[in-house]
Amino acid sequence: MIEAKGLVKKYGDLEAVAGIDLEVYGGEIFGFLGPNGAGKSTTISMLCTLLTPTAGIARVAGIDVVRDPAAVRQRIGLVFQDPSLDDQLTARENLEFHAFVYSVPAPDRRRRIDEMLNLLQLADRASSAVKTFSGGMKRRLEIARGMLHQPQVLFLDEPTIGLDPQTRKSIWTHLNELRDTKGVTIFMTTHYMDEAEYCDRIAIIDRGKIVALGTPDELKAMVGGDVVTITSTAPGAAAKEIEDMLGVKPARDNGTLRMEVPDGKAFVPRLVRELSAPVDTVTLRRPSLDDVFLKLTGRAIRDEEVSARDRNRAMASRWMGRRR
Amino acid sequence: MTVETAIGPVAAAQPAPVDTRAASLRAIYIIWYRDILRYWRDRWRLVASLAQPLLFLVVFGSGLSSSLGGAFGRGTGISYIQFMYPGIIGMSILFSAIFGAMSIVWDREFGFLKEVLVAPIDRWAVAIGKALGGTTQAMIQGLILLVLAPFVGVNLNLLTVLELIPLAAILAFGLASFGVAIASMMKSLQGFQVVMNFLMMPMFFLSGALFPLTNLPGWMTLLTRLDPASYGIDPIRRVVLSNSGVRNVDSLGLTINGHVLPVSLEAGIMLAFGAVLLGIAVVMFQRRD
Repeated sequence: MIEAKGLVKKYGDLEAVAGIDLEVYGGEIFGFLGPNGAGKSTTISMLCTLLTPTAGIARVAGIDVVRDPAAVRQRIGLVFQDPSLDDQLTARENLEFHAFVYSVPAPDRRRRIDEMLNLLQLADRASSAVKTFSGGMKRRLEIARGMLHQPQVLFLDEPTIGLDPQTRKSIWTHLNELRDTKGVTIFMTTHYMDEAEYCDRIAIIDRGKIVALGTPDELKAMVGGDVVTITSTAPGAAAKEIEDMLGVKPARDNGTLRMEVPDGKAFVPRLVRELSAPVDTVTLRRPSLDDVFLKLTGRAIRDEEVSARDRNRAMASRWMGRRR
Repeated sequence: MTVETAIGPVAAAQPAPVDTRAASLRAIYIIWYRDILRYWRDRWRLVASLAQPLLFLVVFGSGLSSSLGGAFGRGTGISYIQFMYPGIIGMSILFSAIFGAMSIVWDREFGFLKEVLVAPIDRWAVAIGKALGGTTQAMIQGLILLVLAPFVGVNLNLLTVLELIPLAAILAFGLASFGVAIASMMKSLQGFQVVMNFLMMPMFFLSGALFPLTNLPGWMTLLTRLDPASYGIDPIRRVVLSNSGVRNVDSLGLTINGHVLPVSLEAGIMLAFGAVLLGIAVVMFQRRD
C-alpha cells in the first residue's frame, strides 16, 4: 500500500531523512517510532506529497507521490500533528467543508458525515462549534474528517500527542475499529513507546534512518530475554561483581544498573545471593520498545512532552498488569 | 517490493476519477461559503466594523462640514458630509475587503489553511474562493451604509442603488484580490500591522474618500492617480450623489490631464487591477510551501 525506496530529504547540508526503504501492507497499522527530530514528520510529509523528496521514490496506493500528488491526496486521509479545524464552525460544518473539497458525491455527503460522526461518537455534538470541544474530541473529529472521502491510507502524525492517557486509549480503540470496519491502512508516527505496541508493525527511526523494522514482538526479541534493573549505593562495586561472578556486563546510569539476561526469573535469586555490594531495589521485566531503542542506538528516547509522572504512571500500569 | 500482500480486510475501493474542473468550482463555492458563514456568525465583528465608518461620518464629517460651511461645494452645491458619505462607503469596502482576505493569514496561523492546501483541488481555486469571499463581505459592509443616506441628506432611488451594486462589487473585488495577494506572501500575523500602516492607510487617504482629488500638489496628484482605490471610489461617489440635486456631478470626478474619466473606464481600470492582483495571488498560491 505504501512503498518507499531510498527516500532522502535534505535541508541544505542537514539530512533530515537519510535514505529510507519501507513497505506497508494493505490493512495494517504501521507505526513510525522515534525521538523528536528523528525525521518522522519529514518522512510522513513526503509520503503525503506535502514535501518533495530530495531523492528516492515513494508510491502510495500504487501512485508515485512526485508524479501525481493530486491522485495520491484523493486516496489518503491526513491527521496533522497541529490542529487544523475551523474553531468557529460546527463539527458538521467542518466535515461538510471537507466533503466538498474532496469531491464526495452530493448524494453521499450527508450519509457519510453521519456515519463518521457516529463511528467517532461525536453525533450528539455535531452542531456545536468546535471551539467548545476538548482536545480528544477535536482529534476524533479530525480522524472522522480524514476518513470522510474513504481513503485507502490514513496518515496520522503524532495523533495522541498532548492527550491524557484515557483519551489516547480511546483514540486507539477508534483507529482499530476503523481498520477493522473500513479496511483502511493506517500509517502513524509516535514517540510514545507504549503506544507503538498497538501497531501491527513498527519501524524505529533514528537520525533519519530506519534502525529496525518488524512486529513489536520481533523487535522486543532483539533484546536478549528479560531486563533486570538494580539500584545500589555502591553501583561501581556492584557492577564489577556482577560482571566477574555472573558474566553479565551491566549498563550503568548513576546509581542504576541495567542488564539483559536470557532468563530473568532464575537470574534474580542468583544475583541477590551472590552479590556482596549493597542492593536497594531489584526490578525484573519483559523488554519494552524503550529497551529496543536503547539497545539499537545506545540512547533512551527522551521525550519532553511526557512528564516524568506520566511515564511513571505508564510504567506502573504495565507492572500492575503483569502482576495480576 | 512491488507485490502487495494484503493482511486483514481488503482496502477501500478505488475512488472514481474526479473531474478536476468541477472539483475546483465546488472548492471555490465552499471556500466562499465558509467565509460568509463565519461572517454572519461573528455578529460582533459586523457591529464593530460599522462603528468606524459611523465615527468618521458623525464626528469627522459633521465637524468638518460645519467648519467649512458653504466654502466646500465649489459650485456643486453639496456639503462636505454629502461629499464624504460615498467616500466612507468606499472606506468601509476597502477595509473589509483587505481584512476579509487577510483571514488567510489567520487560517495559516490556526492550521486550517493546511486542510485547504492539501486537498486534491487546484490552488487557484483557493485564491479565487478567498477573493470572492472577501468581495462579498466587503460589498455587504459597504452597501449596509446606504441606510444612512437620509441622515446625511443624500437621496437615493432604486436605479442608483442598482447601479451601486456592481460598482461596490468591483471595488470590493479589486481590493479583496489585493488582500489575497498580500496574504499569500505573508507567513505570519506579524506582517499584518506593516500592511495596515504602509498599504491600507495610504490607499485610504489618497483615494479621494475624504477630499476631492483636484487642485492638489503635483506629487500628490500623481500618487492619488496611482492609487487603485481612487478608481473604485470615484464612480461610487458620482452615482450616490447623482440624485441629490448636485449641479454637474461629473465635475467632482477623477481627472487625468484635466479630462474627467467616464465611470465605465474607471470601473474597467478597477476590474483590471483586481484581475492582475488575483493572477499574482494564484501564482503565489501555486508555489508549494
